[in-house]
This record gives sequence, C-alpha cells and structure tokens, in this order.
Amino acid sequence: MAEERGLATEAAGATAPMAKLLRADAGRVLDRWVELVAGNVRGRITERELRAELAELFDLLVRALDDADGAERGELRAALAEISRGRARQGFSPTETAVGVFALKQAVLEAIEADGAGYAGFVPFSAFVDDLGLVTFETYAAEREQVIVDQAEQLLELSTPVVKLWDGILGVPLVGTLDSARTQVVMESLLQMLVDTGSEFAVIDITGVPAVDTEVAQHLLKTVMAARLMGTDCVISGIRPQIAQTIVGLGIEFGDIVTKATLADALAYTLRRRGVRIEDGD
Amino acid sequence: MTPDTTGGEITIASNDDVVRVRQLVRTAAAAAGLSLVDQTKIVTAASELARNTLIHGGGGSARVESAARAGRRPGVRITFTDDGPGIPDVDQALTEGWTSGGGLGLGLPGARRLVDEFELRTEPGAGTTVTVTKWPR
Ligand SMILES: Nc1ncnc2c1ncn2[C@@H]1O[C@H](COP(=O)(O)OP(=O)(O)OP(=O)(O)O)[C@@H](O)[C@H]1O
Ligand SMILES: [Mg+2]
Repeated sequence: MAEERGLATEAAGATAPMAKLLRADAGRVLDRWVELVAGNVRGRITERELRAELAELFDLLVRALDDADGAERGELRAALAEISRGRARQGFSPTETAVGVFALKQAVLEAIEADGAGYAGFVPFSAFVDDLGLVTFETYAAEREQVIVDQAEQLLELSTPVVKLWDGILGVPLVGTLDSARTQVVMESLLQMLVDTGSEFAVIDITGVPAVDTEVAQHLLKTVMAARLMGTDCVISGIRPQIAQTIVGLGIEFGDIVTKATLADALAYTLRRRGVRIEDGD
Repeated sequence: MTPDTTGGEITIASNDDVVRVRQLVRTAAAAAGLSLVDQTKIVTAASELARNTLIHGGGGSARVESAARAGRRPGVRITFTDDGPGIPDVDQALTEGWTSGGGLGLGLPGARRLVDEFELRTEPGAGTTVTVTKWPR
C-alpha cells in the first residue's frame, strides 16, 4: 500500500535537483550516512558490510531520484526490502532498521547546510525518504510475522516427538492441547516411525495434556485406529486422576484400548507383552 | 470486581477462541477455590459448550462470571450464547451419543454431568443459550 502511494505519485521532476546535489556530494553524504547508521547498530554488522549495503542503496537512490519511468524505483524498493528482511531475521529492532533509512535525511541535511544550498529540494526528497521508510517497515514487519509463524511450526513439531522406548516399542509423549493440527502432526510422525521401525507397540502418554474433551478423545481414537491398521497396538498412559474422572463424566469410552496410569506402567505392560522378563535385582 | 482473573467475555469465532475460553475458565475456577478435579471438570464442560457454540451455533460468545449464593463461597458461572439455528429437539440433543453429524454426541450430555447447574434455553431459529455453574466444595 504505502509503497504504491509514496513511490509512484512522487513526481520524478521534483526530486531531480536533489539527485544532482547528491551526485556532487556523494562521498561526504555516504560517509556520514554510514557513520550515523553504524552508531546505531554497533557490533551487529561490520562497518564494511554496512558500507557496501548503503553504497549500493545510495547509488540506486540517486538514480531513482532523477528517474522518470519508475524502473529504478522498483529496483531501489527491491534492494531495500531485501535488506529489511535480513534485519528482521538477524533480530534487529524496528528502530534500528528504520534508522538505517531515516539517517540519510540527516546526512543530506548536513550536506545542504555545509554547501549553503537551498532547502527547496529537500522537502520532496524528505517525503521520498519517508516513503522508503514505510517500505522498509512493512517488509520488516511482514518478515517478523513470518519468523513467528515458522517458530510456531517448529514448536509444533518439537512438541510432538516420537521416540523409541525399547526395541519394538515407540513412545509418543503429548504435551499441551491436542487440536486437529497437532493430531495431524502426531499421527504423521507416528505412522512414519511405524513404517521405519515396524514397531509392535506405541505408548501414547497424555500426562502433559491439560484436559481431555470429546475433541481430544476423538483425535486420540483416530490415531490409535490408524496405528492399528498398520499392525501396531497402542497403549494410552498418563491419565491423571482428574482427567480420568472427567473422561468418565463425559461418557467417553476408549473401548478395547489399553490404558495405564503412568508411562512406567505402560512400558512394563508392553515389555511383558513382548516377552521381556523384568526382575527386581537385589 | 477483578474482571481479569474472575471473569470476562470472549467472542467465539475460531478454535483459538475455544482455547481462550478454556484458559479463562481455568483461571476463574482456580480463583474461586475449586479443587483440581472440579477445575478440570468445568474447564472440560466449557470446552465442549464453546465448541458447540462455534460449530453448531455458528459462533457466539462466552461470559465467565462469579456466581453468588447466600452464605456460601461464590462459584463460577459461564454463559454461552449464539444466534445460530437453535436446537429443535432438546431431549434428543441431550441424549448420549446423538449427534447431528461428525461428533461423538457426548458434549452436551457430558457437560451437563460435569457441572452442578445446567440450563439450556433454545428455540429453532432463535439461537441457543447454555448456562453452567460449578460451586466450590
Ligand atoms: N449451540 C448449538 N446450536 C445448535 N445446535 C446445537 C448446539 N449445541 C448442540 N447442538 C446440537 O446438539 C447435538 C449434540 O451436541 P453434542 O455436543 O452432545 O454432540 P456433538 O457436538 O455433535 O459431538 P461432540 O461429542 O464432539 O461434542 C449436536 O450434534 C447439535 O446438533
Ligand atoms: Mg459438541
């Protein structure tokens, strides 16, 4: 939105005089720009990298300023967006990212003052930079949102591991709310592990599930049925007392699915079924 | 009144809102001094009713509040309201295992068993309101 409005409607003619000034003063303005930005993002990016980035932007900017057809502006916008995305990924704050663009205004203003040149060209230039700032900010925000979405997905996968408890026995510790998305992930990773290992048993542990309602129960049942179709018997463990009472209250029946109070009970049960003898050693 | 811990109103328009209702009810139930078992019961009942509001009622709201009773400690009351199609046959809907499609048909009768007070007001075409209350023991 902002980029359309700002960069397209800015008449190229209005910013052309500023392009001339920037060309004449390129070295000084760029130096000052790098200096201002470096002071703000100290240590997170080397001065050399920063200078290379800003020099490229500066070059594109000058060309965009006296560009009539907008092609150069597109390129500038793309380069800016790329840098902003990088900043978002590297954990720069919004301020640090925005200052990277706005500092240019100060650098230019200082050059104008030193030259004694008129301020007339500065107003459209300032508006132009403000719009670039908006582009920067929108890209930055969008990228940060993407980072959050990625992390949520990672968390989803992390929190539903399928582990091998014993030869032929898989463990599926569930933590948190079991919604459809989670169930899908659990079911997929469980079935994949079953294919990979040919396990005979899977213990689904729900100690970490805060509440079992009809939706969670349905998801559990579906997972158990799917595993059964692959020749695996599931045991549900970690049914805490308050959950047990609620399940009974709701009238949920787990049918012929074996349930155990603790993961240890479930493991002992599946080991016995596999013919492993457990002895208390004294 | 401390609406942040003992009550509040949540619009139910998505699955995330169902989770939010559950969390608010859990906080309110703990604040009311309900036992762990009773907290889990009211949270589960709320979860069922919120999902019914979302799925069958086409969305609505849940209001969580403190319920007063003469001479006794206050309990937790939740009111679920929607402007959906209503329930044509309440007895049937409250029958264990009856579902108009897809579910286990346990939500409504189960929720009724998990709470101390259960009130269902509905009319075909005029929405549904379910109010449930749990008292501390
Ligand atoms: N708020 C509502 N508006 C309209 N119809 C409803 C509402 N709540 C429940 N019903 C009707 O009552 C039926 C029984 O509800 P119940 O919660 O017991 O079962 P379910 O939602 O179908 O399955 P589940 O066991 O997953 O909850 C529903 O299938 C639906 O037809
Ligand atoms: Mg239901």
